Amino acid sequence: MRRAAVPLALGVLALLPFASSSQFLVTLATLTAVSAALGQAWNIAGGFGGLTSFGHAAFFGLGAYAAAILQTRYGLNPWLGLPAAAAVGGAAGWLIGFSAFRAGLRGSYFALVTLAFAEAFRVLANSLDITGGGSGILVALHPAPGNFQFADRRVSYALALLLLGLATGAAAWLASGRFGAQLMAVRENEDAARALGVAVVRTKSATLALSGALTALGGVLYVQSYLYLDPGIAFSAERSVEMLLIAMIGGAGTILGPLLGAIVVHAIADTTRSLIATPGVAPMLYGVVLLVIVGVLPGGLVRIVARHA
Amino acid sequence: MLEVRNLRRRFGGVLAVDGLDLDVGRGSITALIGPNGAGKTTSFAMIAGFVRPDSGSVRLDGTLMTGWAPERIAAAGMVRTFQVTQPFAGLSVAENIRLGAFLRTRQRRRATAEARAVGTRLGLGAWLDRPASALTVAGRKRLEVARALATVPRLLLLDEVMAGLNPSEINEIVALVREVRAQGVTILLIEHVMQAVMALADHAYVLAEGRLIAQGTPRQIAADPRVIEAYLGHGAAARIANG
Repeated sequence: MRRAAVPLALGVLALLPFASSSQFLVTLATLTAVSAALGQAWNIAGGFGGLTSFGHAAFFGLGAYAAAILQTRYGLNPWLGLPAAAAVGGAAGWLIGFSAFRAGLRGSYFALVTLAFAEAFRVLANSLDITGGGSGILVALHPAPGNFQFADRRVSYALALLLLGLATGAAAWLASGRFGAQLMAVRENEDAARALGVAVVRTKSATLALSGALTALGGVLYVQSYLYLDPGIAFSAERSVEMLLIAMIGGAGTILGPLLGAIVVHAIADTTRSLIATPGVAPMLYGVVLLVIVGVLPGGLVRIVARHA
Repeated sequence: MLEVRNLRRRFGGVLAVDGLDLDVGRGSITALIGPNGAGKTTSFAMIAGFVRPDSGSVRLDGTLMTGWAPERIAAAGMVRTFQVTQPFAGLSVAENIRLGAFLRTRQRRRATAEARAVGTRLGLGAWLDRPASALTVAGRKRLEVARALATVPRLLLLDEVMAGLNPSEINEIVALVREVRAQGVTILLIEHVMQAVMALADHAYVLAEGRLIAQGTPRQIAADPRVIEAYLGHGAAARIANG
């Protein structure tokens, strides 16, 4: 009963904005859903796989640039940005993972490598012609369903929910299947996993590829709703931090954790923004919340609502 | 079944294993013994693919496996346990064993059923749904064996499964190892506990300072002056003989 209560409540909450005409509510719900989806994408690598990345913005940015470049420079239909971004993000995840894991990098060393990749991509995007350099890429405003731009924001929200569903489905698949079991065994003890026939490097690389592909899809949604992209937006360290923060506050390595984390983080962000005008207060509060969670509830908020989540 | 030839490994200035030759016959229990630092664990690690040998070869049923990754060797049917037990601490006992079962099946239901059956057979029935970190030392040793058995190995490599156990626990594990062999699994074990080697092994190899110094039945080994000296120091065999 109690196990079903939380997903049910989240489901109702997710459908609420469709019944409302409030632009504010729909926008807030969209941002929360995208954050939750990105947090879940991080969670697949960082939570289930123990691959603590500090640079997931690398995948977000690659996906966003793939979508923006393909439609503005090559005239491709924006919808094709989705599979293209997933492919780019997946390939990048696999390559970064394979090279780092083959070299035996783990823990904070792996975290630093991902951070370095995100920074390197930002520098590259700043200096290349194809990305428009520091001035970025502007996507022409032309709202039409065939053009992946929508006058009704509720459609964007539906797409965000779809991505969230996809990422959560992937997490649920990990939690229940053979691949996920092998991944969690690798997270707990690599040598023991190898002794039982698990190909450690391949398992971790494939996980980072999956996580990277999902994160890149989030980048596409960003480009299609804001119609502008520059290196600072695409590869910002804040994005990387927000993704891991949401997963860890909610409960890393659980299916529901990133959903709860996203709701709490956005509640904090919007409350502080309306109460205190000084910029930078919200990130400080995230830090406080994270410290409290790590100290009091190491398993994340999800431990409060479901003991076996 | 297992043929090891001229296996050699140097760590810096130390020749850890110097030309190991070893055979394990199908259905047998073979022991590799020796004093601390003799190179047993390094030999084991090389056979199972965790340490790359400088030279020499390892063959299982005729297939050359030297240089293979551990996971590939495990998939080929040669599976090791660890002396220092390596549980997946955050997972339950059944989930630990299930990982072994997943080597042979993709179906969760089947892997779970097999894991529970193997766990129960090895006396972990009451612990299946508890976290692996809650197990006692003896329980963890059983878990090591259970996980390895769940992969349905042809050859099981047991690395000091008796170490750290009390005499009654040792007797239980001895019985367990016998039962595993009776089910058709060939066993190569490293062991410090001589009582266990005497009770279990068909054939034993003695390693000292990286070299093979003796081999034979446990009875022959126990009477071999070179073995006694390796364990008790130079001249010990003569002193014992002289009373």
